[in-house]
Amino acid sequence: MEWLERNVPKLVLAPSFVAILVFVYGFIAWTAWISLTKSKLMPRYEIDGLGQYTRLFAAPRWDVAMNNLYIFGALFIIISMLIGLMLAIFLDQKIRAEGVLRTIYLYPMALSLIVTGTAWKWILNPGLGIQDMMRDWGFANFTFDWLIRPEMAIYTVVIAAVWQASGFVMALFLAGLRSVDTEIIRAAQVDGIPTRRIYTAIIIPTMAPIFLSAFIVLAHLAIKAFDLVIALTNGGPGYATDLPATYMYAMAFSRGDLGQAAASAMIMMMVIFAIVVPYLYSELRPRRDQ
Amino acid sequence: MTSNTTLLRWGLYGILILFALFYLLPLFVMLTTSLKSLEEIRTGSLLALPRAITFQPWLEAWSTACAGTQCEGLRPFFWNSVLMAVPAVMISTVVGALNGYVFAQWRFPGANLFFAAILFGCFIPFQVVLMPMARMLGLMGLAGTIPGLIFVHVIYGIGFTTLFFRNYYVTIPQELVRAAKVDGAGFFRIFWSIFLPISLPIITVSVIWQFTQIWNDFLFGVSFSGPGSQPVTVALNNIVNSTTGVKAYNVDMAAAIIAALPTLLVYVVAGKYFIRGLTAGSVKG
Repeated sequence: MEWLERNVPKLVLAPSFVAILVFVYGFIAWTAWISLTKSKLMPRYEIDGLGQYTRLFAAPRWDVAMNNLYIFGALFIIISMLIGLMLAIFLDQKIRAEGVLRTIYLYPMALSLIVTGTAWKWILNPGLGIQDMMRDWGFANFTFDWLIRPEMAIYTVVIAAVWQASGFVMALFLAGLRSVDTEIIRAAQVDGIPTRRIYTAIIIPTMAPIFLSAFIVLAHLAIKAFDLVIALTNGGPGYATDLPATYMYAMAFSRGDLGQAAASAMIMMMVIFAIVVPYLYSELRPRRDQ
Repeated sequence: MTSNTTLLRWGLYGILILFALFYLLPLFVMLTTSLKSLEEIRTGSLLALPRAITFQPWLEAWSTACAGTQCEGLRPFFWNSVLMAVPAVMISTVVGALNGYVFAQWRFPGANLFFAAILFGCFIPFQVVLMPMARMLGLMGLAGTIPGLIFVHVIYGIGFTTLFFRNYYVTIPQELVRAAKVDGAGFFRIFWSIFLPISLPIITVSVIWQFTQIWNDFLFGVSFSGPGSQPVTVALNNIVNSTTGVKAYNVDMAAAIIAALPTLLVYVVAGKYFIRGLTAGSVKG
């Protein structure tokens, strides 16, 4: 009884401990193992070396997916950050109806990416969407058919993703701006330093950790991007807008190529960890010293 | 000087309003399109208001639209999502609260390492667990069922809920627990009478975060559900991509709004807590 009393906290954690151990780390190990075998339709457990990875890197479709990830990831992160920062700074100027504007900027984040994809697919649809509207308005040669052009379709994914996430970046930055010590800003204002200089020299540099957080969140979203592509382009035209996540899904569930699915999932995880681990490490360290 | 600053203010408001319109555009287009007849969609313009409002598309989206071969509208799938989200949100929040309570107030050797392992789990791309989970659900007899989806959402939701509660409870002085222990109160008694009563804000954050995540999830839904257990996001995607009959854009848009309504409603009612969850999930709390 006394033993029980003393170990209640551990017993409470035990189910989660087992669950995390099996369903997170055990499963990662399983996927890693499969990525080293010749598994195809069914899992096989004899280790075969890095053959799946060589096949993966030689696959043109994976090449497209990784290229798309670079384009999509870079543009999505940079544009969302710029819009987010700009809106945050503008909203910080004692704007009337700030609450209403903030609510409007952030609501897309509450939507499912499938909903976002469905909406933008309709808006960007060349036959009846923006293109058609502009032509009706008299711009007979106006063309906006990125959605159906293989080399441009990935940019429509960027548009929809920025629409969804930039308001969230705004919220992060706005919280950061509000937490900057007002004493310093007032002192700078008294000294007659122009507002723009106050931002570039004092406020923005102190927000470095928030830039980092925003970057991590956006990079994480970009690498995991799946729903939006499925709803907006379904990876098409052809496989022009494939991303690693859609590639992995296609291999696992429609192509029946477990080895390729496992190898691509492992690459995705390594990319995420290359970004997240240093961040988590730096976040956890000071806590331990507390 | 004064006219210059006035001009600047106008410019500022101009840009802010322009962006507000940009964010509102898809919602506006979805709403107006869902209230137009197909004929009006074909002849009219994207941004035009409906000339003759019709609720037919909404009725079709709810009860007769075809998702794949099943033509019962979104209704059955909407209830699937409810049946999946409600238990999953409740279970993962309760587990997260107890875990967070232990991590914050009942530390033991190795607890930090375990917490780091949980935190780490929050960041994995789910692709890396997708295939073994599919096999595991099969082994457990839960493949293609709603309990299977609940199970998956609880497992991969625990990380975030634990993080929320741990970061909330860690601000409560440990002397309080120590004093209660001296008075003879046990683990659950202390939780029940000291921690639970002050937990309403963080429970709200956790419930809203989990609900939004689970309701909006597509990856687990499309990977692990069967014909009778698909959540609303999967059904919406199937309706939009359904090739039977004429492409009914108005029905698609009505279906999209129906699928979005619950989380949108939560956002409108409790936006403050939604934002807290978002930022706690990304920045250390």
